Amino acid sequence: MIAGPDQLPDSQRIVITGIGLTAPNGNSYAEYRSALLAGKSGVQNYHIRYVGDTLAGICDYEATRHQTKREVRRGTRAGSIGIYCASEAIADSGIDWENTDKSQVGVYIGVTEHGNVETENEVYELKGYDYDTSCWSHHHNPRTVANNPAGEICLNREITGPHYTIGAACAAGNAGLIQGAQMLRLGDCDLALAGGVSESIHTFGIFAGFKSQGALAHHDVPAQASRPFDKARNGIVVAEGGCVYVLERLSDAKKRGAKIYGELAGYAMNTDATDFVLPNPERQAQCVELALKRAGLVAEQIDIVSTHATGTTLGDSQECDALRRVFGKSTKTYINNTKSFIGHAMGAAGALEMSGNLPAFEDGVVHATINVDDLDPDCQLPGLVINEPKEIGPVRYILNNSFGMLGINSVAIIRKL
Amino acid sequence: MTPAEIREEVLDILRDIAPDDDISDIDDAKPFREQLELDSMDFLDIVMELRKRHRVQIPEEEYTELASMASTVAYLEPKMKDL
Repeated sequence: MIAGPDQLPDSQRIVITGIGLTAPNGNSYAEYRSALLAGKSGVQNYHIRYVGDTLAGICDYEATRHQTKREVRRGTRAGSIGIYCASEAIADSGIDWENTDKSQVGVYIGVTEHGNVETENEVYELKGYDYDTSCWSHHHNPRTVANNPAGEICLNREITGPHYTIGAACAAGNAGLIQGAQMLRLGDCDLALAGGVSESIHTFGIFAGFKSQGALAHHDVPAQASRPFDKARNGIVVAEGGCVYVLERLSDAKKRGAKIYGELAGYAMNTDATDFVLPNPERQAQCVELALKRAGLVAEQIDIVSTHATGTTLGDSQECDALRRVFGKSTKTYINNTKSFIGHAMGAAGALEMSGNLPAFEDGVVHATINVDDLDPDCQLPGLVINEPKEIGPVRYILNNSFGMLGINSVAIIRKL
Repeated sequence: MTPAEIREEVLDILRDIAPDDDISDIDDAKPFREQLELDSMDFLDIVMELRKRHRVQIPEEEYTELASMASTVAYLEPKMKDL
């Protein structure tokens, strides 16, 4: 087992050299960070069939920057988000893409779910034709196969290396990152496009499901609806979005003089095996501890913990319980939450939430968790950065939690190089 | 529908299927695929849209009749004249 990146040769150390993203409050790394520091939410009023008026985190990236209108029409929203993020990440990395061997590029994209949007749309359309299945679209299968978002990125960027999606519920953003790193270490590719995407605001089923579960947020003021850790929190704001990282081996990044955002210092994934929906703080804490152990770190060395908390009553307090077990005695660790700004970007959440914190390596500022008017005592944590960003000085390590249904837990730790 | 109306309807379908192409100066005698960026899945959209919009059923062995605007209108005329 890996015990800290310092013990590895540069060819086994994985670094982030490019970032492309779209979030409900920003369509670039800089725009997103500036929105997080300014307390700008991306949650808006939203209407979706059957469910009616609700709230969502909605992205407004320019799809035709990297796709033709025909490609947008042929593909899926998740594919389009993936293409935008991957293309922006490639451009950001400064890599000579034209002369990159595309057979050595791997694409690993985390998704919470895929196919619901297209299936719902087709069933809705079919109703208008009295359920005559000869009117069922021939585009249905290529749009709904589980590898679709990663496959669309490959089609668009002419990548011929391996591609697939990683279905990991809301732990998927971290899982994509982890998968990319593993494949680089195995030598399966020389450059990985890894992260996560979410098109989930386009499926009524996600909203209706959370509503039936009593876990869909509602609030008169959209920007105040996503309020993890606040006593008045009442559920999840569903969001779309995406974040794709360019990952390389440190040896390759050094060779080309790449700008390095940070190094994947450690990671872990485990499973609760206790419930379909309810989280298990003991397993979450074990996941965090395993990531720390693999990174060769102790809790006190983590400067920022980016929490998973989604704004549900039980989920937030359970994660706080897990964090208290690991970071309860750490006086140097600051804790925040990104969903309070953008809602829950599902499969993109882990990758997006980490990327919103990475600029702290440069500016030494922890963005806040907003909308905490009345902190729930169950969520009281030392180091919780509430409502206003906090300058903490040099930041060396950032840890991101992402957990999902069926008890899937993921933790990633990035360190400054 | 008259042949002119059928032609307009096919143009309307093509506008959706090939949104990046300018279809205003399409040559009726030339195959669509020489003038527009259409692959086999796009082509199936023409068949699907005719089925959905007008309940016109086109057997697979007759898809070749939809190669150009002229052949498409000629093929559809008897099927759509009473619509």
